[in-house]
Amino acid sequence: MKALTRIGFWLLVVAIGLFSIFPFYYAVISSFRSGSDLFKVAYRPERLDFSNYIAVFERQPFGTNIFNSVVVAGSVVALSLGLGITAAYAFGRIRFRGRSLLLMTILTVSMFPQVAVLSGMFELIRSFGLYNTLPGLILANLMLTLPFTIWVLTTFMRELPKEIEEAAFVDGATPWIVVRRVFLPLMMPAAVTTGLLAFIVSWNEFLFALTFTLTNEQRTVPPAIALMSGSTAYELPWGTIMAASVIVTVPIIALVLIFQRKIVAGLTAGAVKG
Amino acid sequence: MADVVLKNVRKSFGRARVIHGVDLDVKDGEFLVFVGPSGCGKSTLLRLIAGLEDITSGDLFIGGQRVNDLAPAKRGIAMVFQSYALYPHMSVYDNMAFGLELAKSSKAQIDAKVREAARMLQIENLLDRKPRQLSGGQRQRVAIGRAIVRDPKVFLFDEPLSNLDAALRVQTRIEIAKLHTDTRATMIYVTHDQVEAMTLADRIVVLNAGRIEQVGTPLELYHRPANLFVAGFLGSPQMNFITCVVSHVGSDGVQVQLPNAGMITVPVSSDGVRVGETVTLGIRPDHVKVSAQGTLTGRIELVEELGENHLLYVDFGKDRHLTIREPGDARHGIGQEVSLSLAPESCHLFKDSGEALPLIAPTGTPMARSPSPATSAA
Repeated sequence: MKALTRIGFWLLVVAIGLFSIFPFYYAVISSFRSGSDLFKVAYRPERLDFSNYIAVFERQPFGTNIFNSVVVAGSVVALSLGLGITAAYAFGRIRFRGRSLLLMTILTVSMFPQVAVLSGMFELIRSFGLYNTLPGLILANLMLTLPFTIWVLTTFMRELPKEIEEAAFVDGATPWIVVRRVFLPLMMPAAVTTGLLAFIVSWNEFLFALTFTLTNEQRTVPPAIALMSGSTAYELPWGTIMAASVIVTVPIIALVLIFQRKIVAGLTAGAVKG
Repeated sequence: MADVVLKNVRKSFGRARVIHGVDLDVKDGEFLVFVGPSGCGKSTLLRLIAGLEDITSGDLFIGGQRVNDLAPAKRGIAMVFQSYALYPHMSVYDNMAFGLELAKSSKAQIDAKVREAARMLQIENLLDRKPRQLSGGQRQRVAIGRAIVRDPKVFLFDEPLSNLDAALRVQTRIEIAKLHTDTRATMIYVTHDQVEAMTLADRIVVLNAGRIEQVGTPLELYHRPANLFVAGFLGSPQMNFITCVVSHVGSDGVQVQLPNAGMITVPVSSDGVRVGETVTLGIRPDHVKVSAQGTLTGRIELVEELGENHLLYVDFGKDRHLTIREPGDARHGIGQEVSLSLAPESCHLFKDSGEALPLIAPTGTPMARSPSPATSAA
């Protein structure tokens, strides 16, 4: 009976693993195939053919697209964390009129679906003269990442003991020094976790990137992949699309693996005192 | 080195008034202890002095300078917190150096000061550790070390020993006393522990509900409490209180009628108390003696043996109780009737308002309960 339970458990683990990894696996093997091979069902790679990978960079400015994505996602992470941590200090530590109202407003912002704010955001970006530029995308993506960054960091900031801050004040620290030299190191796990989430959100963001860019040189990766076209209008270049998808998934996997330990620490921090 | 002067200091949190006009004069180099029940405002008062809370009204002077609007770091104070409040991500060395670094001291100067403080507190071998690798007692030493390196004019302690176990508490208490002897800095110490207050203080300030009840040396407060609150607060077990009626007022004292018992003449001046008025007689458990011909008799309800002494709880009718402490082992059992005598010179009389009647000096002139000039500040 005990053995059966164990077998059942591992079967379930394998099923879940297959379910989550298979799509990516299929993308990888498809990216190594070309021509009519693509439309045959096969579960094992037959040969390593890198022609799709070369084609991705030859047929469109995919290198520029990746660079754009890195710039946008990187800036969004930096801005979200910078604004998020300072805002969290204000929300978590300073009493001021309208604090909870403001926090609720920030939460409300994240309630709206992207489509609902799309036209308004379009006007905003046009009036700022940011249409078809990377700063425009950064601004738009901040709307997606800032609310949860601020909320998570505020919650985390509230858990930090007040005496530590007071001890720092007695030691002669200004609020900025307290945030930078005392709170920031203590909040590293939370900052890494929220920063990574912000990176993923921004890296995968499609709708804004599609709407607020016009030329292929300004596009980030997701719309660039979506707008890839084959030799005729009736052909979707599946091989290149799959190769491109694999290329842009790798950085995220790498980041998650690098920060794995910190993420776990961040997700559970504050759950138990100590 | 500096004195600390509070002039009519008040503090409110919104509508709630927490400190009601405190006047206090802490002398240079003095060890002053704030005691009081929880919620009496003792920690708030300390935080006002530290600058962690804003003073609502009144003036605060440290070393002659008005510091109401100065930041904590500029007041020349250092504070030791109950929870230690060490920076968890910094080593012991960095914890102690942080303040000096912010004050832009030179590297060599910081190093010299940190090592000197570490040597004083015997934590030299811990300098590279992180706070989480230290025991409670070691953490508290680091917290004290962090205060020492700042070379403060005034040390502030907010219940620094309450997170330590009993043995360590005694040891650290002695170290703090030694630190005071060594540095001769002004120290203000908040505690709810009477033993700490009695042993450490040059003077004790008893606070209650945001007001000073009495200021004086530990023994003044113990022997001549100014009012019922101080009398009941200091001393363990608590002072016995018996409600009784004044039967005679004379030049040798005030005679009161004890309930279910005889009379007793307490050598205090009447201070306007008239015959027939109700007063409270207070006597410490040590001053009640079991004797053959006592003023009152009662039945022993409970005996507690503590080894060096023992406590008797005596019921003398109508739910009136007395606690007695006698040296050695108990010679009486539960249920036994005993006769008790109260030493008149050790009795205190308190008016209905709670104020103590002043003692009659041997010459017959009334003497102030507490000779300390600071009492007037209360």
